[in-house]
Amino acid sequence: MASDAHHENQSIWSKYVFSTDHKVIGMQYMFTGLFMGLLGAFLVYVFRMQLAFPGQPVPGYGLVSPGEYNALVTNHGTIMIFWLAMPLLIAAFGNFLIPLMIGADDMVFPRINRLSYQIFLLSALVLIASFFVPGGAFGGAWTAYPPLSAQSKYSLTPLGSVFWLVAVALEFVAFLLGGINFIVTLMNARTKGMKMFDIPIVLWMIVLASIIFMASVGPLIAGAVMLLFDQLFGVGFFDPTKGGDPVLWQHLFWFFGHPEVYVVLLPAMGIVAEVISVFSRKKLFGYKTIVGTAIGTGILSFFVWAHHQFVAGIDPRMANVFTITTVLISIPIAEMMFVYIATLYGGSIRLTTPMLFALGFLAEFLIGGVTGLFLGASGADIYFHDSYFVVAHFHYTFVPIGIIATFAGIYFWFPKMFGRMMNETLGKVHFWGTILGFNGIFIPLFILGTSGQHRRIYSYENFPELATQGMQNLRVFATMSLILMLVSQIPFAWNFFYSMFKGEKAPKNPWNSNTLEWTAESPPPHGNWSEFPTVYRSPYEYSVPGRAKDFWPQNEPT
Amino acid sequence: MSFKPHATTRDVTGIPTGKLAVWWVIGSEIVIFGGLLGSYIMARIFHGDGFAQEAAHTNTFIGAINTFWLLSSSLSIVLAHHAAEKGDSKKAFKFIWLTVLGGLMFLCFKGYEWIHEIHEGFTIGRSLFWSFYYTAAGLHGLHVIAGMVIMAIISIDVRKKQNMHRVELIGIYWHFVDIVWIFLFPLLYIAK
Repeated sequence: MASDAHHENQSIWSKYVFSTDHKVIGMQYMFTGLFMGLLGAFLVYVFRMQLAFPGQPVPGYGLVSPGEYNALVTNHGTIMIFWLAMPLLIAAFGNFLIPLMIGADDMVFPRINRLSYQIFLLSALVLIASFFVPGGAFGGAWTAYPPLSAQSKYSLTPLGSVFWLVAVALEFVAFLLGGINFIVTLMNARTKGMKMFDIPIVLWMIVLASIIFMASVGPLIAGAVMLLFDQLFGVGFFDPTKGGDPVLWQHLFWFFGHPEVYVVLLPAMGIVAEVISVFSRKKLFGYKTIVGTAIGTGILSFFVWAHHQFVAGIDPRMANVFTITTVLISIPIAEMMFVYIATLYGGSIRLTTPMLFALGFLAEFLIGGVTGLFLGASGADIYFHDSYFVVAHFHYTFVPIGIIATFAGIYFWFPKMFGRMMNETLGKVHFWGTILGFNGIFIPLFILGTSGQHRRIYSYENFPELATQGMQNLRVFATMSLILMLVSQIPFAWNFFYSMFKGEKAPKNPWNSNTLEWTAESPPPHGNWSEFPTVYRSPYEYSVPGRAKDFWPQNEPT
Repeated sequence: MSFKPHATTRDVTGIPTGKLAVWWVIGSEIVIFGGLLGSYIMARIFHGDGFAQEAAHTNTFIGAINTFWLLSSSLSIVLAHHAAEKGDSKKAFKFIWLTVLGGLMFLCFKGYEWIHEIHEGFTIGRSLFWSFYYTAAGLHGLHVIAGMVIMAIISIDVRKKQNMHRVELIGIYWHFVDIVWIFLFPLLYIAK
């Protein structure tokens, strides 16, 4: 028996709500993340409608006031990063995949794992509650710069600011607990025969991301406590009239905020690595190079943060240094892109839905990366700063990460999660609608940004040079594209829930993949295996010459 | 209901799972205190005109006594670990509670000190120095309390000769709490 923790007659409560099973906790994170994503999508729908048709009531919401507009923008950003990308990419896939891919029956600390989800759920509830407190939800942007975030006489959201900050802090605690669990599990609980370089790339990435998160979030936790004291007790950590320094918050925030980009990027890169290797039936090119560049990226990511502050009054000599480090970090990322393209080269590519999303990730993220170079150069950034060019740039990084790569992962592991296959046709409709909608939103925003359109403006009607008909047409086009992208999620939702119950039964290994999770039943029972697998080789032995089958599972004896 | 999966018993790195986790916890704590103390040091270097004057009002004597309490409690947790390794659960139990007592003395002195200071008007909002003083020492104090609670919980098992390895784990954590204080004491009390 792999596990003595089999419980055939569990109640619904202990099986689905208070479970310590890593798969159930992974699902809890996934469903919570998807729900929060829906909320974030609703917020963007409302404020994009306001931008396209200023001053007109938004169907399903009503009139948007300037204060509400700020709250919508702020919480859209906060939710999409902390309550969509983080729980889906790290917690959902991490929880589901780590034990299954290393041949273990669970995480090493199942109860801490459950606690981590419960704190995460609480954080989501606190954030949602912030919309219903007097004064409304926080509207000082997801970066929460003081003095706007510190003093309610500026933000006009005395309770909303506090709720927002508490929610974010709780979310950090949840991910610290989860992260320690991930790191220790991967380090210590691998099955017999699985050496360091037999670990699937996606697990390397999730665990490296957890380490980067852990190493970068500390100062911001301290900063959050300081900001909370500023809000509640009128302390002046960030208040210049009391001797404090508002720029200190920017340092603490971005010291975390920039590594955070790589915290979500690396797991996305990992998912894409698994998918493209399987569907090009080819060995992943440069396994150790990928691991090395990921570690290099992680280290470098701690030395780029001040490129967010080029116009915040930092020393120009410091700006030079951060320009250099920022441009440097594009090297390892570019290297990863090339390595993935090299994996595709000469493969027998199968354009399944997960593969389409993985390729979509590479193409779209490339645009995000290249436009980042303009912003990393401090000279160019002075012009682009706080414009829609920045907005379009980081959406070209975060949407491929948090949406496109996440979908690649969901379509890829769905058969293992629920024991049924998803519909391919609906998946392709979903893919093309998402990709077309996404580009339709953000290509116009690049153009608007280069034309000088500022971020976080409620209505452009009072800016004659920005209120031209041509610019307004682009805004309407972007909003219409957003609606296309949102509507395209309907086939996904249908496909997801219909397939969960009525889809075609999935075999153990539907994609002919090598990694260990595909040797367990679909879906795996509590404890995952009746007998733990042993690992004999690296995870990417596809199309090995001289073998009849084009794959060679890790657990198959030679 | 057994919660312990097979995975918990594996130790590929050769380091027991619990110990590995404690080190990672400490790693994450170092950056939290690092961020706070880094901010304090930077504030003092760049905007520190009034700091020394304000710091002159801290009670170095109580700070020194508290250093003594924490350091001696570190010794007693080492003795508890030593006893636990030998399997002497009674002695381990005794030394764990002696450590808790050390923590309690620390908190009592801290409480007296703070009440006194607040009465004198040195509140958290008085100036940036006091804001950092209460935030840093308060965050550290919470860690002291957490360590005491964990020790109390562990001691129940230790008396039954179960999970004796946890004495070492809490010991590592307790040393960390001590070391944080070793940084706080000169930064908040001695630098005047």
